[in-house]
Amino acid sequence: MADNHVGDANVSDAEQSTVEDIKRRRFITGITAGFGAVGGAFAVTPFVMSMSPSERAKNAGAPVQADYSKIQPGQMVKVEWRGKPVVLLKRTPEMMEGLNIVRDKLADADSNSSVQPEYAKNDSRSDANNPDLLVMEGVCTHLGCSPVEKLAIGPDPQMGDDSQGGFFCPCHGSKFDLAGRVYKNVPATTNMAVPPFKFDGDVIVIGDDEGRA
Amino acid sequence: MAIHRHDNHKSANAFMQWMDARMPVTKVWNEHLAEYIAPKNFNFWYYFGSLAILVLVIQLVTGIFLTMHYKPDAALAFASVEYIMRDVPYGWLVRYMHSTGASAFFVVVYLHMFRGVIYGSHREPREMVWLIGCVIFVALMAEAFMGYLLPWGNMSYWGAQVIISLFDVIPYFGPMLTEWIRGDFVISDATLNRFFAFHVILLPLILVALVFLHLVALHHVGSNNPDGIDIYEELDEKGKPKDGIPFHPYYTVKDLVGVCGFLVLYMGVIFFFPDFGGIFLEKDNFAPANPLQTPPDIVPLWYFTPFYSILRASTETLLQFLAVASVLIGVAAALFTKYKLPVRGGFVVAGIVAALVFLNSSGKAWGVILMAASIVCFFLLPWLDRSPVKSIRYRSLPFKIALAIFLVSFFILGYLGMNAPTPLKTLLAQVCTCLYFAFFILMPWFTSIGKTKPLPKRVTVKEH
Repeated sequence: MADNHVGDANVSDAEQSTVEDIKRRRFITGITAGFGAVGGAFAVTPFVMSMSPSERAKNAGAPVQADYSKIQPGQMVKVEWRGKPVVLLKRTPEMMEGLNIVRDKLADADSNSSVQPEYAKNDSRSDANNPDLLVMEGVCTHLGCSPVEKLAIGPDPQMGDDSQGGFFCPCHGSKFDLAGRVYKNVPATTNMAVPPFKFDGDVIVIGDDEGRA
Repeated sequence: MAIHRHDNHKSANAFMQWMDARMPVTKVWNEHLAEYIAPKNFNFWYYFGSLAILVLVIQLVTGIFLTMHYKPDAALAFASVEYIMRDVPYGWLVRYMHSTGASAFFVVVYLHMFRGVIYGSHREPREMVWLIGCVIFVALMAEAFMGYLLPWGNMSYWGAQVIISLFDVIPYFGPMLTEWIRGDFVISDATLNRFFAFHVILLPLILVALVFLHLVALHHVGSNNPDGIDIYEELDEKGKPKDGIPFHPYYTVKDLVGVCGFLVLYMGVIFFFPDFGGIFLEKDNFAPANPLQTPPDIVPLWYFTPFYSILRASTETLLQFLAVASVLIGVAAALFTKYKLPVRGGFVVAGIVAALVFLNSSGKAWGVILMAASIVCFFLLPWLDRSPVKSIRYRSLPFKIALAIFLVSFFILGYLGMNAPTPLKTLLAQVCTCLYFAFFILMPWFTSIGKTKPLPKRVTVKEH
């Protein structure tokens, strides 16, 4: 229709003004539609945001506290944080020794592709002030199952004949050492996560580290 | 007046004439049933389209009655399902119809899709019918996945945990996205409630709308048939296809026979094998959800297992397979195609780059990518298939061999996904994963080689 006139060399003044008019109308229509789209995006926002964790869920996800002073060397306790089991394991000197022995069998020994706070990115994956204490989410990084602890040093049907202790996931057979570091050639490829934590006297606060490094 | 006086769908009935002047009732009836011309040689495989609609209706109706007693609350959900099973009159029947219906839906849809592949129903001009069908398949998977959380059994819980965790591999946005999907830091009451909303409102609406579009597109281009030839090429003196018959009453009646056969099997399962040996209702789901205890082996329902196997098969070994395969394909493309030299060099370089990417990335992320890709492959089928004929009756041998290999791999993947992996089974899953993708990647090649049989002018039917 009127499109055909655009770019035509022999248009009269009247037709020229029609072309101008159409261009103007197109521009106004475009701008209006654009603002409509912006308005639509604003309208969608509350619905999208309503699906985020609610204040109650955030509250339930608040840090938890546990007394770690009574955990004996070689003893493990589990506390629940955000619905996930968090392992607190106080490792013996032999267990700490074992971490170096298995080092070559690990997929991510330096925890470069794993989740942990900067202060736990070391061989024992623990805080320098409490190197024996492992604080770790007991959740397999493959598909979210909860691995079983194999704390004894020595032959184990799942962990192998020269086991230095570790964690074994019953779902798909992923193996981890006593710092939660994953072995090579198992379904999981990253180490189990270390949550942020801080010490407050005898109490460990899991889920809050005040942003320390 | 905006009445379409030019339409020639006249009713003899005075009431219908009054109605037709205001709403195109007779017109729609004629165009989509009484005068919708379908090829006269539909066979057994053509039952599954109408059966899919039947199962959709069964699921909608039983679903409505289940919501009258079900409680979408993490504290009450499991008990409310048991209440339906034990205390609600005929609650057990409605619930078993719904749970068996979910599996029946996938049986019917898989057979319906297979029909499309063997008779070339996805080919030009029916690409949109096929694409909308693929979207229906994806929507159906979402519907089934969300429905499976609702009984709040332990397998419901951990299955959802595993599948939602898949989104974690998306770089940077992953953790934020999973939190948003769950509405919490773990699967919780919030997750259950929103899955209920999606399962009973959003996805059923989407599914019904998609089925409508599927039929609109189908009736625009007309049905394919087991010979894969166009019945509009051979017209009678009135301009109607010689090999066409009206859908109603011919196929409505024929489909009723299919409905009877289907109901015998469906009701047989409901009454005698409602859990189908742990395949339709998994044993671990008879215990309530426990966030601190994982079932010994997380297994999705059978209709997801081929894709789940592909997800699990993605370890370093599979990536090494894929690296070798991409180099081979790059070299083969360079040697056997007739492009200019730089382009063929490009194929080799692309193969090597792909191999390096495979060798230097994580198996977990690739598992998710490959699982998604295994479903996306179906969407591409109309363009991957280059055969000059549509129906398997006239296709060349290489296609038949490839299809057979694909089917066997698909079944093996499905079987492996239902079982705990051992090193040998994982290796088998990896081989089958490669064969699965090879079917799609090599399709443009194996559909264009070999000798096809000559097409008949008219459809082949045995007169009764």
